[in-house]
Amino acid sequence: MVTVSATKVITGNHAVSYGALLSRVQVISAYPITPQTQVVELLSEFVASGRLAARFITVESEHSAMAACIGAASVGARTFTATSSQGLALMHEMLHWASGARLPIVMANINRALAPPWSIWTDQTDSLAQRDTGWMQIYVETSQEVLDSIILGFKVSERVLLPTMVVLDAFLLSHTAEPVEIYDQGRVDEFLPPFSAPYRLSPGAPQALGGLADPGVYFEFRVKLQEAMERAREAIVEEGERFSKLFGRFYGLVQEEHTGDAETVIVTAGTMAGTARAAVRELRSQGRKVGLVRIRVFRPFPFSEIRRILEGRKRVAVLDRNLSPGHHGIFYEEVKSALYPVSARPLVVGYVLGLGGRDVRPEDIQAIVDDVEKREEAREIVWWGVRR
Amino acid sequence: MSTGTLTWAGVEVPREEYLHPGHLACQGCGAALAMRLVLKAMGGDAMVVLPACCWTIIDGPFPYHALKVPLLHTAFETAAAAAAGVKAGLEVLGDTRTQVIAWAGDGGTFDIGLQALSGAAERNEDILYVCYDNEAYMNTGIQRSSATPLGAWTTTTPEGHPEDRPKKDLMAIMAAHRIPYAATATVAFPDDLIRKVRKARGIKGTRLIHILAPCPPGWRMESELMIKVSRLAVATGAFPLFEVEGGTRYTVTYRPAQIPLKEYLKLQGRFAHLTEDQIAVLEQLVKARWQELLDLHARTHGQAEEIPVVPIGG
Repeated sequence: MVTVSATKVITGNHAVSYGALLSRVQVISAYPITPQTQVVELLSEFVASGRLAARFITVESEHSAMAACIGAASVGARTFTATSSQGLALMHEMLHWASGARLPIVMANINRALAPPWSIWTDQTDSLAQRDTGWMQIYVETSQEVLDSIILGFKVSERVLLPTMVVLDAFLLSHTAEPVEIYDQGRVDEFLPPFSAPYRLSPGAPQALGGLADPGVYFEFRVKLQEAMERAREAIVEEGERFSKLFGRFYGLVQEEHTGDAETVIVTAGTMAGTARAAVRELRSQGRKVGLVRIRVFRPFPFSEIRRILEGRKRVAVLDRNLSPGHHGIFYEEVKSALYPVSARPLVVGYVLGLGGRDVRPEDIQAIVDDVEKREEAREIVWWGVRR
Repeated sequence: MSTGTLTWAGVEVPREEYLHPGHLACQGCGAALAMRLVLKAMGGDAMVVLPACCWTIIDGPFPYHALKVPLLHTAFETAAAAAAGVKAGLEVLGDTRTQVIAWAGDGGTFDIGLQALSGAAERNEDILYVCYDNEAYMNTGIQRSSATPLGAWTTTTPEGHPEDRPKKDLMAIMAAHRIPYAATATVAFPDDLIRKVRKARGIKGTRLIHILAPCPPGWRMESELMIKVSRLAVATGAFPLFEVEGGTRYTVTYRPAQIPLKEYLKLQGRFAHLTEDQIAVLEQLVKARWQELLDLHARTHGQAEEIPVVPIGG
C-alpha cells in the first residue's frame, strides 16, 4: 500500500489533536485546563483554518463541555473533548450520562493530581475515580499510541456504543515531544468511515431519549451497558488487529514483556511502564527473571489476560500512581481481585509511588523488584519514595 | 393528523397538535399549556432538550413520549449546553432547518442551569430557550427557587419564614448578555405568546422566552383558576409582559389595568399569610418595577403612552 504519512516530532497533547483531526471529529466542545489546553488550542487552529470541518463550542465549563458533546452525539455527530483532573471531576455527572445514553464520545484525559493542595503534575487518581462511570479507559505510554488510541477509540466506541477515555500522563507524555507518524487521511478514512448512528435523535421521528425508567425497565439498561463492555474486550482486540494490518502497530488489552519465564512480574500503566521497561531490561541483562505487564485497557478490565500472565508467578509488584484512600492503590485492588479465582496465586504487593508527579526513576523500579523478591508475605501498601 | 390552520385568539395556528393527550401533567398545569402553545407556534420543525423539571414527568415514562417532536432528556444544569450541542450536531450533519428548543423550569434556569445558560447566551448559540416559570421547585414538592416571589410560602420558606428575597430578574440578566431577543409571556395571553415565539423563531442566535406557568398545587389554588391567575399576574403588574431586543430595546406589551395586587395574591394559598401592610409593600415594589420598565420602554420608543392596557376581557 502506498503511504503518504509524515513523521512529526510532536507532544502527546498534539498527538491527541492529530488523532482527532484524522478521526474527522465533527463537534468539539472543550474548556481549557492545564496540562490539556494545547490539545484544544491546536484543534481550534485546525477548525479555524478549515483543515477540520467541525464545530468547536467554547463552553464555559467542563460540565457544559460534556453536556454539549452529549447533545451533539445524540443527533449522530462524531464528538470529541479533552480535559484533566478538576475538569474531569466536574464532568462526573455527565460521564455517567454519556455512557448511559450509549454515546460513542471520545475524550482525552491528561492525568493530573487533584487538589487540594493544588498540583498540575501527573497522578492517575482523577481518571481512576471515574472507573464506574461506564467509560472505556485506555492508559497510553507513547505519543504514537496516543494518536492511534484516539482513532481506535472512535472505531471501538462506535461499534459497541460506549464512550472512550484515552488517558495520558501530565507532562511526562502531554508535553514531551516524540516522533509520531501522522497517517495519510485516506488510510484512516478506510479504517474509520463516517459514523452512522444506529440510534439518534432525528427530526421527524418523535422519540424521547433518556426518559424516566421505572424499576420494571431500568435494570435491563444497566445489564445492556455491562454486555456492551464485555463485547468491547473483543472489539478492542479485533479492531486493534485491523488497525495493525493498515498501520503496522498493534494495541491490545495489555502489553507484556519478558513474561515467558518471569518469576517476578511488575504490573503498571501509563508512562511508568516505559520506566519499568528500562528497569526490567537492565535486570534481565543481570540474569534476573523479571517481567512487565502494562495494563493498557482498564475498562473493560482484562481479567483473562491478567490471570493468564500472572497465574503461577512467584511475586507480582503492582505500581500505582494513584490511591483510593481507605483502600489501596487502585490497579493493585483490581489485579488482586482478578487473581482470586486462579489456583496458583502469586504473592501480590502494592506499591504506591509518584503521587502528584513525584519522579519515578528506573533505579526505583529496580529497587522495588529487590524489595518484592525479599517478601514472603503480601502487603497492601508499600509507600515508595515518601519523605518521612 | 390534522392539517391546515385555524384562527385562535386572533392568531393563525396549525390545527395540528404537538402535545398528545395522555401526558402526565396535573390538572390546570400552566407548563403543559405552555408547551402546547409554543410547539404550535414553532410548527413542528423542532427538537426539545429537557433538563430535570416537571416536564420530565409530564412527557411520560419510558417508552412513552407525549410530544410529536423529538425530545432529549438531559441533566438538571445542562439545558442550554446540551441544546447548543444538539444544534451544532445538526448543523455539521447538514440540518440547518430544525429549531432546537431548550425547555427548562425556573430551577433549571434561574438556579442550577444559569451558568450554562449564561455561557450559551454569551456565545449567542442558535437556540430558543424557554423557561416555564412556576416560581419554585414544583416537581420535588414546592421548594423555593430564586424565581420564588417575595413573601411566598413554599416548603422551604414555611409560614413564619416566608421567602424574604425578591424574585431574581432573569430578563435583566439575559438583557445584559445582549442576546438578540428575550420576551416574557403567559399562557393566559396565547395570542401574545404565539406572536413572541414566532418572532423568536425568525431570529438567529440565542432567544429566550420567559413564560409564567402557574402551578395549582404549588401555588395552593384550585386548578380552574390557572388562567385567571395568569391573567391577573399581568393585569396587576406582578408579571409584566415585555420584549428586549439586542439587550437594550425594551418594548412593553401591555400596561397593567387598575387592579390591586391583592386580587392576584388572594387567589393563591401561598400568599394567604400576608398582612395588609406586607401586601402594601409588595404593591409598592411592583409599582417601582413598572416605572423602571416604562422608562426603558420610553428610552427605546421616545414615549410610553402608546402601550395598550392589558385586555383582560371577562
